[in-house]
Amino acid sequence: MLEFIFQNPIISALIALAGLGLIFGALLGFAAEKFKIEGDPVIDQIDSLLPQTQCGQCGFPGCRPYAESIAEGDAINKCPPGGQSTINAIANLLDVPAPELDQEHGEEADVKTVAYIREDECIGCTKCIQACPVDAILGAAKLMHTVIADECTGCDLCVEPCPVDCIDMLPVATGINQWQWPAPPTVNGLIATDRTHGSSSHGGAV
Amino acid sequence: MRQTWVTPGGVHPPENKHQSLTQPIGTLPIPEKLVVPLGQHIGAPAIACVKLGDKVLKGQKIADPAGTVSAAIHAPTSGIISAIEARPIAHSSGMEALCIEITPDGKDQWIDLSGIADFEHTTPEALLSIITNAGIAGMGGAGFPTAVKLNPGFQRPIDTLIVNATECEPYITADDSLIRERAEEIIEGIRILSHILGNPSNILIGIEDNKPEAIKALEPHTLDTGINVVSFPTKYPSGGEKQLIYILTGQELPSGQIPADIGVVCVNIGTTYAIKRAVVEGEPLVSRVTTMTGEACEINRNYDVLIGTPVSHMLEHNKFNAEKCSRVIMGGPMMGFSLTSKDIPIVKTSNCILAPSVEEIPHNEPAQPCIRCGMCAEACPVSLLPQQLFWYSQAKDHERLQSHNLFDCIECGACSYVCPSNIPLVQHYRSSKSDIKKAEEENIKSAQARERFEFRQQRMEQAEKEREAKRAARREAALEAKKTASPNSAADIIAAAQARTAAKQMSPEQEQAKLQRAVSSAEMRVQKAQDKLDAAVASEESDEKLKILSAALSGAQQKLEKAKVRLAEQSN
Repeated sequence: MLEFIFQNPIISALIALAGLGLIFGALLGFAAEKFKIEGDPVIDQIDSLLPQTQCGQCGFPGCRPYAESIAEGDAINKCPPGGQSTINAIANLLDVPAPELDQEHGEEADVKTVAYIREDECIGCTKCIQACPVDAILGAAKLMHTVIADECTGCDLCVEPCPVDCIDMLPVATGINQWQWPAPPTVNGLIATDRTHGSSSHGGAV
Repeated sequence: MRQTWVTPGGVHPPENKHQSLTQPIGTLPIPEKLVVPLGQHIGAPAIACVKLGDKVLKGQKIADPAGTVSAAIHAPTSGIISAIEARPIAHSSGMEALCIEITPDGKDQWIDLSGIADFEHTTPEALLSIITNAGIAGMGGAGFPTAVKLNPGFQRPIDTLIVNATECEPYITADDSLIRERAEEIIEGIRILSHILGNPSNILIGIEDNKPEAIKALEPHTLDTGINVVSFPTKYPSGGEKQLIYILTGQELPSGQIPADIGVVCVNIGTTYAIKRAVVEGEPLVSRVTTMTGEACEINRNYDVLIGTPVSHMLEHNKFNAEKCSRVIMGGPMMGFSLTSKDIPIVKTSNCILAPSVEEIPHNEPAQPCIRCGMCAEACPVSLLPQQLFWYSQAKDHERLQSHNLFDCIECGACSYVCPSNIPLVQHYRSSKSDIKKAEEENIKSAQARERFEFRQQRMEQAEKEREAKRAARREAALEAKKTASPNSAADIIAAAQARTAAKQMSPEQEQAKLQRAVSSAEMRVQKAQDKLDAAVASEESDEKLKILSAALSGAQQKLEKAKVRLAEQSN
């Protein structure tokens, strides 16, 4: 063995290299199989940032297809329900500049809405049930339908198919529990000489 | 003297407590209308159990608790329910919520009260149910339903009961005057609490050293009772639950835990008084002691106010000068909030109505840029970094806000108080807190929507697959049928069908034979019926039986006739 190495140093070096190559190749191949990642993790991350209204305003049949498309390089500003905050979040994730919302796909709504069926007028055609992407409408053929308000994403998709126009999009009821503290005005741009006595907010007692 | 610990930070604002302590606790005449909100406590609002126009007596339950974390509500005086509708309530938002309006009849007539004098021989469960039914919620400010707090479950033994008499906020003297005048009843209430909690080894009344008279009033009643009155140096905010627990026991409450997790229950001293009234006298919580103070009112004193009394009614009876007043604040100057309307009613948690003059509490100065002086960090009693939180709050960086423990902020206002730039720091934190809570709720909702969407997608795919499978099966069956069928032409099929119908038809001879058989069998039946009738007549059966038999005979004869007619037709 040793004699062979001494006599044929080049050949033995080649054999050793080839051997090492085989061993590491096998190791890498095994690791690739063992620790394989199913699907594209970026798609999941983008999908988790999208608002999941499944409204289709982006032109894709649901949020996940849009996430897949973004992962392949589509524009990130096609989601009106998510609005600017969603665009910013996706831009942050993908490390790209955040564009303005593309108005072609709709405008960002100020208030969240929820579908409401005027039950007296409902004829029980089940068309809205088929349209609802999140199964939030309850009912059966020729029986009155109703919306499970807690599950409704406010996507609007049920309004158009209704043959008797008995579905309204109502703003989500806001009570004291939904009330949010308003953010105080930012202090940027104010200099001491701009002070005006006693004209500021009458907010919290300090 | 018991050892006390010193909390970090804190501030020493002017106390201004002496103004309202010159007179004893007073009472006000019953107002024209009482407005009782259904949500006066933390948890679900109570559910009204009276109707419009109902006549109620003082102390009668008018709303049932909704679920475990909720409190009942009682009529503060006798009268008629004149409205159940949304009214502005004591809330920072100034929003409206459901309230019950009572028009008093002036008699102030109680319902029949029955108390328990001997509480020591009553089970804690029975006492807890009395407290629940009396609608008692923490009267220090948060309004957490007391019965829930006192029932932390068997896994957590309570070894320390802390009674919070700190009253650290300036101007407020409701607890102070209550202790001075009703110390005996307070101690009775503490003994009831101790009995409910299984007689914890430490019972501590925490009180700041700026209330020497109150301490003196408590001392004679606490002798040989095992109750310790612990006084400690005045500093704002010592009255926060976590702060007081640290001052009295040296134990720091870990973030996200409740006092019961470290064996402590902390109750406001006003609540102990309410518990005594509820258990011993049977009186539900219909009134509370509230401080009426501030330079805009000529009279500054404490009142035993009926819950639901409009603030305007209190102001009127204290010679309120609207021109002098900068704003009316519910609560103290540090943590209270300005009222948007003077018709807002007093609730179970209203410890003070402050009507300061403009000189006393000026309007907020406009905020100026942060100069990074770090005074806020020195003042923070929770050792947070208010300045960092302020930056992150402006940048809406929710992740960093949470990693800097924004949710441990007790919103005491010490940082805003010391800020030389007048930055409303607490308001920034509150806004960020509600933003984060909202974002979390939305996350949960969108996760739900995703799940439902994916499930629907899966269901539709499944249905499509099943339909496809059915279609394929039908196609297969059709092919199979074609294969097995003989490759005959249409003419063959017609011939086969004709053969089948021909086979079914009978020849005239066969037909005649069949009818012949029918006639002979009909004759047989007539013969048999005749025989039976004869036998019956011979054995003198009853008339009814004879009638039945003769009817059968005539029926058989008729059938024979018909068969004969048909046979005759066929032969022709």
